[in-house]
Amino acid sequence: MTRKRRRLYFVLLGMLVLGGATALVLTALKDNLVYFYSPSDLAAKAVAGRRMRIGGLVEEGSVVKDGTQARFKVTDLAHDVGVRYTGVLPDLFREGQGVVIEGRLGTDGVFDASEVLAKHDEKYMPKDVADSLKKAGQWKGEAR
Amino acid sequence: MIAEIGHFALTLALAVAMVQTVVPLIGAARQDNALMAVSGSAAMAQLVCVAIAFGALMHGYVTSDFSLLNVAQNSHTQKPMLYKVAGVWGNHEGSLLLWALILALFGAAVPVAGRNLPAPLRARALAVQAAIAVGFLLFILFTSNPFERLYPAPTDGAGLNPMLQDPGLAFHPPFLYLGYVGFSMAFSFAVAGLIEGRIDAAWARWVRPWTLAAWIALTLGIALGSWWAYYTLGWGGWWYWDPVENASLMPWLAGTALLHSILVVEKRESLKSWTVLLAIITFGLSLLGTFLVRSGVLTSVHAFATDPARGAFVLILLLVVVGGSLALYGLRAPALKAGGVFAPVSREGLLLFGNVLLATGAGTVLLGTLYPLIADSLDLGKVSVGPPFFNAVFLPLMAPLVLTMAAAPSLAWKRGHLARVRSRLGLIGGFGMGAGLAVLPLGGPWWAPLGIGLAAGVLAGTLAEPILRLRAGAGLSRRQIGMTAAHLGVALVIVGMVGEGAWSSEAVQNQSIGQTVTVGGYSFALNAVEPVKGPNYTADRADFDVTQANRAFARMAPERRVFTVPPRPATVAAIRSTPLTDVYAVIGEAAGPNTWITRLYVKPLVIWLWIGALMMAGGGLLSLSQRKRS
Repeated sequence: MTRKRRRLYFVLLGMLVLGGATALVLTALKDNLVYFYSPSDLAAKAVAGRRMRIGGLVEEGSVVKDGTQARFKVTDLAHDVGVRYTGVLPDLFREGQGVVIEGRLGTDGVFDASEVLAKHDEKYMPKDVADSLKKAGQWKGEAR
Repeated sequence: MIAEIGHFALTLALAVAMVQTVVPLIGAARQDNALMAVSGSAAMAQLVCVAIAFGALMHGYVTSDFSLLNVAQNSHTQKPMLYKVAGVWGNHEGSLLLWALILALFGAAVPVAGRNLPAPLRARALAVQAAIAVGFLLFILFTSNPFERLYPAPTDGAGLNPMLQDPGLAFHPPFLYLGYVGFSMAFSFAVAGLIEGRIDAAWARWVRPWTLAAWIALTLGIALGSWWAYYTLGWGGWWYWDPVENASLMPWLAGTALLHSILVVEKRESLKSWTVLLAIITFGLSLLGTFLVRSGVLTSVHAFATDPARGAFVLILLLVVVGGSLALYGLRAPALKAGGVFAPVSREGLLLFGNVLLATGAGTVLLGTLYPLIADSLDLGKVSVGPPFFNAVFLPLMAPLVLTMAAAPSLAWKRGHLARVRSRLGLIGGFGMGAGLAVLPLGGPWWAPLGIGLAAGVLAGTLAEPILRLRAGAGLSRRQIGMTAAHLGVALVIVGMVGEGAWSSEAVQNQSIGQTVTVGGYSFALNAVEPVKGPNYTADRADFDVTQANRAFARMAPERRVFTVPPRPATVAAIRSTPLTDVYAVIGEAAGPNTWITRLYVKPLVIWLWIGALMMAGGGLLSLSQRKRS
């Protein structure tokens, strides 16, 4: 086995692994990217069925709980969208708090949440939520 | 006053680090022993300075000195002492100071442990180490000073997030940092070796234990973090592909590859430039990991702060360190003398193949972690890349890696004779397939038998070599036993992953007192929910009687705590572990009179995740404890 021959093998092997990885990455990105929308984005172009994340504030007075079922509204203070969720809401979930919600928009315009994420640390607004509030012109600085 | 001493000591450390960066390099270039010797004493002085600064901050926490902004924001008089101490690194500024302290510790270890190293190599490595310290100390002093005062001092602090008040988490960051910073040794010596144009077996013998030590610490740090997530978040998951978890996984993957390629340099003086490249990449990923967390550029549960100045500083530092060393690599690596040749089918060949897979795995995790950032800055929309992406990409890359692990110990160095080990490999493969078939009746997804089969293959492949050696009457060195234990640990971790991922059952419901819910063969009877009072929280504590097949299994008492300062709820799950399964109960909010939301899980084999991780670390320690080369 000469040095040159060996190098050739290794380059081929490396390309094989990298090629395989690239193929995996491309297919996975196509299927598994989850886009983030604000309630205003949803009002402008509602795309039912696709898996997505939405973020905003839980509207004051909108939370209705019925056992493990919960309904509430998420707002960026310009628009809002109704959400329904079955399961246990995170400890830090409460009205007026920033949340990120993953799920699909139902055909009735209500968002079916499969996951509700509230920040572990309430000091900070989730960045995506802050950005979407800024976009809606409703950002009030760092104040809670 | 003590805080001012700390601040001054930190500034002094910066000055010392600057001297330590420049003087030894000049000394090494001129072959001037006096100048090179500066590196050792400077490293010691730097440790003393940073330790004083760290001690000063700790003093502030322990005495609850709220005239310090950092203490006021993150501590509280009512906090238990352990968390006052751990609170030092529970925040951005303090954690960076801990980073600098560990870096100084490693730097000071070089002159102590490396007396017989060639003086120029030692001097150059210490200079590189000091250059990293300069970057970090500048970062701390200019953007994240922990000694900033607050006027007037508040009477009490804001408290620490109750989720972080946990022994698992108190020790998670120090271990993680020992790992991250430990890889700086391999990096510094790689850069020093590049400057000298010489990487050889002696270099590898010196770098290997440090890399191994860093790897052990990082393994433990990741396991602690995962364990913490498992039992405190109350969702029963142990890995979320959160950006911060990824940030620690990437250097671990690259570091694992580095560990194995150093072995090839040590034994065969081969793969030198690949090893040097890996050393640079591993430390680069460690830096990236630190900064992904610290700069808050990624939406994550861990991100401490979002400050553009910090982000920019971090980016520049990263570019200088990684870009500079890669440029040096490009210039000097071709000059490294190539070592022994080997056939593709040989232990080196398989080690290299595994290395490529590990590096590619780290690359895909990096891509998935940074993709949301890239997409956002290119205006491709706001996206998130979640577990489905990583599972679809990362796991298919790891399957061949595990196969390689099963086969590699059976092959000889330099040139493996497949014919000679064919029956052994057949046996290993047969054992794996048998185990896979054996779990088929358990059902679950298609990959469950595959995963168990792979784990069994690793088990057989790892044990085959030592068993044959022992039967032939040959002894085993600590290094061999350590490697065996670490590889068995990987097999156990795979078993735990498959068990949890494939065969878990869960139920979420409103449960009234007196009602029984059955999950995965276990019946949970809710006897009572009572209020209890802790030192700094109040809680609802549930009382479950858990039975399996009409036999009492356990009495479990999960809590839902509400802390007084800051007023936040936290879930304390009740978990009962047996070798076969974990039973996991969580109580949520009240859902009505005498009714609570409960989450009940049965998670098979989870305990093997932690045992496997401990075995990996323990095997590393055992291997580390062997002084002489076998």
